[in-house]
Amino acid sequence: MVSKLGVDIEVTGLTKYLGEKVLYENFDLKIARGKITCIFGPNGCGKSTLLNMMAGLLTPDAGQMRFGTEVRSSGRTKTIQKKGQKSSTNNSRNESPVKIGYVFQNYRDALFPWLRAAENIEYPLLSAGLSRLQRKARVETLIHQFDVGFDLSRYPYELSGGQQQLVSIMRALSTQPNILFLDEPFSALDYEATLAIRDKLQEVFTATGVTIVMISHDLEEAVYLADHILLLTKRPTRLAERVVFEAQRPRTLKTLSEPAFVSTKAHSLEVFRREAS
Amino acid sequence: MQYPRQQTTEQPIQEKSYLSNFSTKLSPFLVANTGTLVFLFIWWLVTALGIIQAVLLPTPIATFSSLWAGITSGDLLLDFWLTLYRTLYAFVIASILGIPLGLLLGANEKLYKSFEFLIDFFRSTPATAMFPLFLVVFGIGDFSKVAVAAFAGALVVFFNVAYGVMNTRKTRIMAAKVMGVPKWRVFVDVIFFETLPQTFIGLRTAVSLTLVVIIVAEMFVGSTNGMGQRIIDAQQVFDMPGMYASIIATGVMGYGLNQFFLLTENKFIHWKGQ
Ligand SMILES: Nc1ncnc2c1ncn2[C@@H]1O[C@H](COP(=O)(O)OP(=O)(O)OP(=O)(O)O)[C@@H](O)[C@H]1O
Ligand SMILES: [Mg+2]
Repeated sequence: MVSKLGVDIEVTGLTKYLGEKVLYENFDLKIARGKITCIFGPNGCGKSTLLNMMAGLLTPDAGQMRFGTEVRSSGRTKTIQKKGQKSSTNNSRNESPVKIGYVFQNYRDALFPWLRAAENIEYPLLSAGLSRLQRKARVETLIHQFDVGFDLSRYPYELSGGQQQLVSIMRALSTQPNILFLDEPFSALDYEATLAIRDKLQEVFTATGVTIVMISHDLEEAVYLADHILLLTKRPTRLAERVVFEAQRPRTLKTLSEPAFVSTKAHSLEVFRREAS
Repeated sequence: MQYPRQQTTEQPIQEKSYLSNFSTKLSPFLVANTGTLVFLFIWWLVTALGIIQAVLLPTPIATFSSLWAGITSGDLLLDFWLTLYRTLYAFVIASILGIPLGLLLGANEKLYKSFEFLIDFFRSTPATAMFPLFLVVFGIGDFSKVAVAAFAGALVVFFNVAYGVMNTRKTRIMAAKVMGVPKWRVFVDVIFFETLPQTFIGLRTAVSLTLVVIIVAEMFVGSTNGMGQRIIDAQQVFDMPGMYASIIATGVMGYGLNQFFLLTENKFIHWKGQ
């Protein structure tokens, strides 16, 4: 029952060209439901592009993506038909589509500065058709979940970087998405803010079981958070290895010195060194 | 080694307290207007010593009493309101035309590209060169003046809005898209707000421009009223204090409009520059 929210993702035959150059060719990938998957790879290998294609912000040149029972190929969305069910229009009306949350690296450019922090968090709920009261209640829940200690009636530019990124994460989670994508969410933050938000993210993950896919440029951070670490090669990009790290949660600073952590990190680094050069 | 160092750190502190004493003695009004007062003093000095003839430059006192007379008799006020009315009329038309067109063409880069030459051409053509054309189209009445000014203003608004839309940061649009927000809502909730700072620059430039065009039109395109006509009339009869008074009144209008837009902008677009 824990991972009721999360869905799995399967990417098959993904191809993406950048002009003449191949970025991905016939690329396959599976992401487990209700797990944290971290993507690690050399600069410019196409991590952000991959995430944007999965989030539907970029269209691949070929390939298919499946989110739970929902299949998307070249922009079209349809739900897999189960036997005994009626027409697909009926079906898709009953089943709510897969919801995606996205946290960008640069919170400054991602939050809406004309809205207060709380209004930013509510915004996705507005187009989901929730009433004012329902939206307020949802924000309250998130405030509790994240144990927010600052004033959400402020504008984003009045908050610190860490607080802004926390608001970004709350906004991404407000619709209770099935999948949460994060593209280097900590790279613009200082160390203290990173530690704090990282652990809150882990807490919320444990509580909700949302599928998390996070790009990280910090191997230690990737291993610390991840159940699965996907190591990518340089272009044309392939999956070098899927490293599994099954340490118990909540992981703490103590995890960082456990032998399993150290060896997983060392192994990942070795694979990365081999594939990135 | 330590003694002289201590001395050097004390000096700036003394200077600072002296400076803050100096500025607290003067009221903020005086600090902000010293330049203006110096200017008025030099004006007075130059006329009092007869360095410049009174036919070219009347004394400040003559000028301001003429201004006062114009205001109390009401005929300057009437011209003032007429010019303000025409300027705002033109400005409103410019906004109604410029903003939607700017949003539309800004959002469709292909459409914009196909009009780019025309836009650049008309932007580079002085609006006043269009007077004869507009006189033919709209007749010699009041509206042809407003129309030329509106045309010039609309181009400025349009260009700034389109430019703003085309240069919106993509991240916020992506953020809204990934939330599953419908396209028209992305436009209303995100792109419109992203564009607002640039839109306001356009509006501010446009209101200054419409004022310029209206004044010129009132001067030279068969007008019987308005500040432009008033300035020209005073000049024709060598009523120098009257001319200067009218110029100052027109300046007050331009300054007031600009300040009004700046204040609205700062209040409305509170996130600007953050
Ligand atoms: N709009 C674009 N047009 C052409 N090439 C692009 C564009 N955006 C990105 N690229 C190229 O695509 C490749 C993949 O970019 P992407 O941003 O996905 O890489 P990344 O793995 O996220 O890199 P980083 O580690 O720097 O974040 C890069 O080589 C980049 O130069
Ligand atoms: Mg990237």
